[in-house]
Amino acid sequence: MEDDAPVIYGLEFQARALTAQTAETDAIRFLVGTQSLKFDNQIHIIDFDDENNIINKNVLLHQAGEIWHIGASPADKAVLTTCYNKTSDSRLVSCAAVWRMPSDWETGSHESPDDSAHNPQTLELLCRLDDSAHGNAACVLWEPMGDGKRVISLADNNALLWDLQESSTQATVSSTATLEGKGQLKFTAGKWSPHHNCSQLATANDTAIRGWDLRTMSQIYCIENAHGQLVRDLDFNPNRQYYLASCGDDCKVKFWDVRNVQEPIKTLEEHSHWVWSVRYNHSHDQLVLTASSDSRLILSNMVSISSEPFGHLVDDEELSEGEDNHQEDKDLEMRSPNKQPVNGSRGTV
Amino acid sequence: MDGEADGSVTVSEDSGRRRRVHGMLKLYYGLNEEGKTPEQPESLDPCDINGPHFDPELYLNKLRRECSLAELMDQETCMVKQIRSLDSDMQTLVYENYNKFISATDTIRKMKNDFKKMEDEMDCLSANMAAITDFSARISGTLQDQHTQITKLSGVHTLLRKLQFLFELPARLNKCLELQAYAQAVSSHRRARCVLQQYSHLPSFKGIQDDCHAIMDKLAQELRQKFRDGGSSAKDLSECVELLLQLDEPAEELCDKFLSHARSRLESDLQGLEAEIRPYPSTSALKDASARRSSSAAPVGSPTDGSPKTSSLSSPSSNTDILEFIDRGCNEFVSSLCLVITSYQELFINHAQTGELASKNIPQMANGKLHAFVDDLAARYFSLVERRIQEEKGVGDNSLLVRALDRFHRRLQAVAKLLPGSAVPNQGTEIVIRAATERVKQYLCALQSFYMDSLTDVRQALATPRLSVAGASVAGGGALLGGPASGRDAPTSLPELLSSLSASILNQIKSVLASVHLFTAKDITFSNKPYFKGEFCSQGVRESLVVSFIKFLCQSSRQFCESAGDKGGSTPPALLLLLSRLCLDYETSTISYILTLTDEQFLVQHHSPVTPVTSLCAEAREAAQKLLNHYVKVQGLIISQMLRKSVETRDWVNTIEPRNVRAVMKRVVEDTTSIDVQVGLLYEEGVRKAHSSDSSKRTFSVYSSSRQQARYAASYTPSAPMDTNLLSNIHKLFSERIDIFSSVEFNKVSVMTGIIKISLKTFLECVRLRTFGRYGLQQIQVDCHYLQMYLWRFVSDENLVHFLLDEIVGSSAHRCLDPAPMEQSVIEVICERG
Repeated sequence: MEDDAPVIYGLEFQARALTAQTAETDAIRFLVGTQSLKFDNQIHIIDFDDENNIINKNVLLHQAGEIWHIGASPADKAVLTTCYNKTSDSRLVSCAAVWRMPSDWETGSHESPDDSAHNPQTLELLCRLDDSAHGNAACVLWEPMGDGKRVISLADNNALLWDLQESSTQATVSSTATLEGKGQLKFTAGKWSPHHNCSQLATANDTAIRGWDLRTMSQIYCIENAHGQLVRDLDFNPNRQYYLASCGDDCKVKFWDVRNVQEPIKTLEEHSHWVWSVRYNHSHDQLVLTASSDSRLILSNMVSISSEPFGHLVDDEELSEGEDNHQEDKDLEMRSPNKQPVNGSRGTV
Repeated sequence: MDGEADGSVTVSEDSGRRRRVHGMLKLYYGLNEEGKTPEQPESLDPCDINGPHFDPELYLNKLRRECSLAELMDQETCMVKQIRSLDSDMQTLVYENYNKFISATDTIRKMKNDFKKMEDEMDCLSANMAAITDFSARISGTLQDQHTQITKLSGVHTLLRKLQFLFELPARLNKCLELQAYAQAVSSHRRARCVLQQYSHLPSFKGIQDDCHAIMDKLAQELRQKFRDGGSSAKDLSECVELLLQLDEPAEELCDKFLSHARSRLESDLQGLEAEIRPYPSTSALKDASARRSSSAAPVGSPTDGSPKTSSLSSPSSNTDILEFIDRGCNEFVSSLCLVITSYQELFINHAQTGELASKNIPQMANGKLHAFVDDLAARYFSLVERRIQEEKGVGDNSLLVRALDRFHRRLQAVAKLLPGSAVPNQGTEIVIRAATERVKQYLCALQSFYMDSLTDVRQALATPRLSVAGASVAGGGALLGGPASGRDAPTSLPELLSSLSASILNQIKSVLASVHLFTAKDITFSNKPYFKGEFCSQGVRESLVVSFIKFLCQSSRQFCESAGDKGGSTPPALLLLLSRLCLDYETSTISYILTLTDEQFLVQHHSPVTPVTSLCAEAREAAQKLLNHYVKVQGLIISQMLRKSVETRDWVNTIEPRNVRAVMKRVVEDTTSIDVQVGLLYEEGVRKAHSSDSSKRTFSVYSSSRQQARYAASYTPSAPMDTNLLSNIHKLFSERIDIFSSVEFNKVSVMTGIIKISLKTFLECVRLRTFGRYGLQQIQVDCHYLQMYLWRFVSDENLVHFLLDEIVGSSAHRCLDPAPMEQSVIEVICERG
C-alpha cells in the first residue's frame, strides 16, 4: 500500500454510510450509500483490487431517500439493509428496509462500465423494517456471522429484534427492548457482539453505553458517562470478547473491559474534534481505525490491549500514519465533500 | 704628690683631653688601643701626624707644597704648642709612676717579714692536731661495746610494740566497729594483714588472725548492709564502696549492686514519665482537633513563646505540654542518670585506676557494665520521648517543640561528656532528626489542607452571586449588552479572590518556613549538627516541604482538568480560570520568589541534587496551560450544548418564516460577553488582527452576498451538481485547517477565539445532521448574521468567524429541501431589530 499511489474514487453526492460486504469472501468490496435531498440516491459498490491497485465501481439506485446507515448481510452478499430519510408532505420520516441487489449488476458493469452511471439498476425491496409503534430508525445491525435471518434495528429508544422469513421478504418483530428514563432518550449507535454466541448487544445513547442480553432483552451493563459528551460509535474487539472500543464528541477514543466499567482500560486523545467512527481490524485486533470531523483518519496500533502476544509486533503504539494521514484527509474530503467521516470501514487488506 | 694632685685636677678638668693623651702615649709605645691592631685606613697615611706611618719628610714637603706662608706659620705655632703640651704631659706621668714604684717596693718588703712569722705558727698548729686525733681514737675504742648493746635493745623494743599491736588488734577492731569508725578499722586491719598471713602457722597468730577475720567479716557485712539500704547519701555510699573494695570484695558484684540500686531509682523516674503519656485516647478526635487547630490558628503565623494554655490545647492527649514533659524528663531522669554515672565512675573507674585494683581489669569491666546500663535505660527513655513527640501533631506552635527538643538534646550532651564512647547522644540526635522530619511532613500536610480549604472558600465565594455588578461591566469596557449579562458568573472580585488566595498561600508558606526555621536557629544546640546544616535544609525543607507543595499545587490543578473532564464541569469554570492564572503567576514569579526565600532563610547548600526552579516553573506553566485549555473546553461545551439542543430539538422543515433572532443566539452572545468580561479580569487583552471599525457589517455582507449567492445559484442548476461541490471543495483544500480543540495562549483574545471556535464548529456539525425547509434555512441565515454582528470582536482573526458561519449557512443550504435564501437587507433589519 505504501508504494502504491492512493486510489481515489469520487462520488457525486455526499455520503455518510459505508460498509464492507461481509458475505463476499473473494473480493474486497465496500458499499457506500449517498445523501442527496434533491436527486435519486445511490449505492456505490466499490471493489478494490489490491493486486493491481485499482478500483472497480458499480452504482445501484436507491430511490427511497437519503441513506444514513447501511448494513450488508453476513450470509447473502446480495442482501443489504439501509436506514434512510424520506420526505413526504413536508415531513421527514426515517425508515429502514431490507434490499436485494439485482442479480446481474456485476455482469452488466463489466460489459459497459461507463454506462453504469447513466443507466443504473434499481435495488429490489424485500421488506420494510417499519413498525409504526416505534420511532425513527437510526441503524440496522445484522447478526454477525449469522445466517442472515436476524437483524436488530435501533429506533429512538427501542431496540427491535427482527426475524426475516421467506428469503427475507417478511420481517416480524420477535422481541423488543426499551430504554426507560427521563427525557427523550434516543439510541445513537449500536453494535451486535460477535461473542457469547451472538447474544449480546451494545448500544449508545447520549453519554452512556449499555449492554443488552438479547435472550432476555434486558440490560446487563451500563457505562454511565462513558464519554464527556455524545457517544458516536462502538466496536467490539473481534478476538477479545469483553473488549469494546467507543468514540464520541469529547474527541476521545476509549477502550473498555465490560466486566469492569468504572474506568476505561485505555484512552486515546489523538483527534482534535468529534470522533464519529471507530473500527477494529477483523484479523489484527491491535489495529484500530478512527475517523473524526477534524478531517483525519487515524490508524492506531494498540498492541498492549490486543489479543496478540505482547511484543509480537514491535511497532510503536501509534503507527506513524502522520504522513499518510494528510493524504487520506484529502482523499476523504474528495469522497465526502462535507468532510463527514465515512460511517464504517473494515480493512480486509 | 704634687703630680698626683695635678693629675686629679686634669682628670676633673678635662677627661676627654686626658684620654686623648693616653691614646697618643699608647701609640707612641706601639700599643693598640684595647689591643686592637690599627686597621684604620687613615693611619696608613704618611702625612697623618698621629699615624704610625708618619713620615716627617713627606709631611714637611707636603706642607710646603700646599700651604701659604701664613698657614705655615700658623702650623708651626700650633705644632710647637702641641709639642709643649705633650712634653708637660709626659713629665706628669713620669712623676706619678715614680711615686707608685716607690710605695710598691715598700709593701713587698713588709710582706716578706710577715710570712716568716706565720710559718712558725702553722707548725705549732699541726702538732696540736696530731695530739687530738690520738685522743679521739682511744675514746671510741672504749665505747664500742656499749653502742651495739643499745642498738639491739631498741630493735627488741619496736618488735614488742608491733606484737602488742597485733594482740590488741581484735579488741581495737571491735571498738572501731562499735564506734562505726570503719575506715580506721579497715586501715588497721590492712596493716596487720600481711604479718598475720605470714605467721599464720604459729597457733597464737592464727588465733589472732581468725579473730580479725571474724570481726572483719562482720564489718563487711555491716558495710554491705549499709550499701544495700540505699538511704545513705552518695558520699556515704562511695565511702562504703571504697572500704569494701579495700576489703577485697569482688568489684563486679559491687558494680552490679550499685547499678541495680541506681536502676530502681531511675525506673521510678521513667514510670513517672510514662504516666504523663496517657494511653492513646481516640485518635480520630485527636486528629480532628489538630486539624481544626491548624486551619484556625495557622494563618496568624507562629505565635512564638507559646503559653502553656495554647500548648495544652494543641495536645489534648496528655496533661502536660511537651516542654514540661521534656523538662521533667531532663530534671529527673537525665540528671539522676548523670549523677549515677559520675559517682559510679568516681568509685569504680577513676579510683580503681589509681589504686592497686587497676591491675585486675576492673576499670574495663566497670566501664562495660556502665555502658550497658546507660544504654538500656536511655533506650527506654528515648522510646518514651518518641511516643510523646509523636503525639505532638498540632502544627500551630512549633517553638515549643523546638525548645523541648533543644532541651532534650542539650541535656544529653552532659551524658556525652561523662561517657565519651556512648551511643546515647547520637541516638538522641537521631530522635531529634526524626522529629524534625516528621514535623516537616506535618507542615506539608497542613499546607496542602490549607490550600484545599482556601480553594473551597474560593469556590463558595464564586458560588454566591455578587450584587455589585457595576464594577464588572465597567471593567468589561465594551460589554455591549450592559450589566445584566456580565453578572452571571463573573463576580467583581475575581482578581481580588486571586490576589487574596495567592497572598494567603504565600503567607502560609512564609509562616511555615518561619516555624521550620526554628530548627536551625543559632541558639539551638542541635542546629549545628551536620544534618541540620545540610540535609535538613536542602532535602527536608526545600525539597520535601516547599518543592513538594508547589508540585502538589500543580498536580491538584491538573486533577481539576481530569476529574471534571467526564462529568462536564463539576468545577466552576471561573475557578479553572482563576487557578490557571494562579499557576501562571507561579510560573512567572512566585516559585522563584519562594525558592529564593527558602534558600536565603536556610542558607541551603546543595550537596545533593535538588529540583531546579526551571523544572518547577515548567510544571506550573504546564498546569496553567492545561487549566486554561480546560476552561476553554468547558465554556465552549456549555455554549455548544445550547446550540446543539437548539438545533436538534427543532423541526426545521416545518418552521415558520423567521421574524426574530432566536433567543438561544442572544443567549450565546450574552454568555460569550460575560465570559469575555470574566477572562478580561484575569488575562491581558492579547493581540488580534487589525480590523476596520465597521467590520461586522461589511464583511458579513461580503460573505453573504457574493460567494454564497454564487454557490446557491450553482446548486439550483440540476445539470451540474458535481461542479459546485468540486469548486467549494477545492477552495477548502487550500484554506487553512482549523484545529478546534487546540491549545490557547495566555491572553483573552486567544481564549475567546478558542471558545467561539468550539461553539461554531458544534453548530456546523449539528446543522449537517438536519434537514431544512425554506424557512429553516432562512432562520439559520438570520441567526448566523446575528452571531456575526457580535462575535467578531472577541476573536483574534475575524475571518475565522466568517469562515465558520459561512460553512454553517452553506451546509444548511445544502441540507435544505427548498433552498431560497432570504434577502440580505431583510436579514439585517431583523437582526437590528432583535
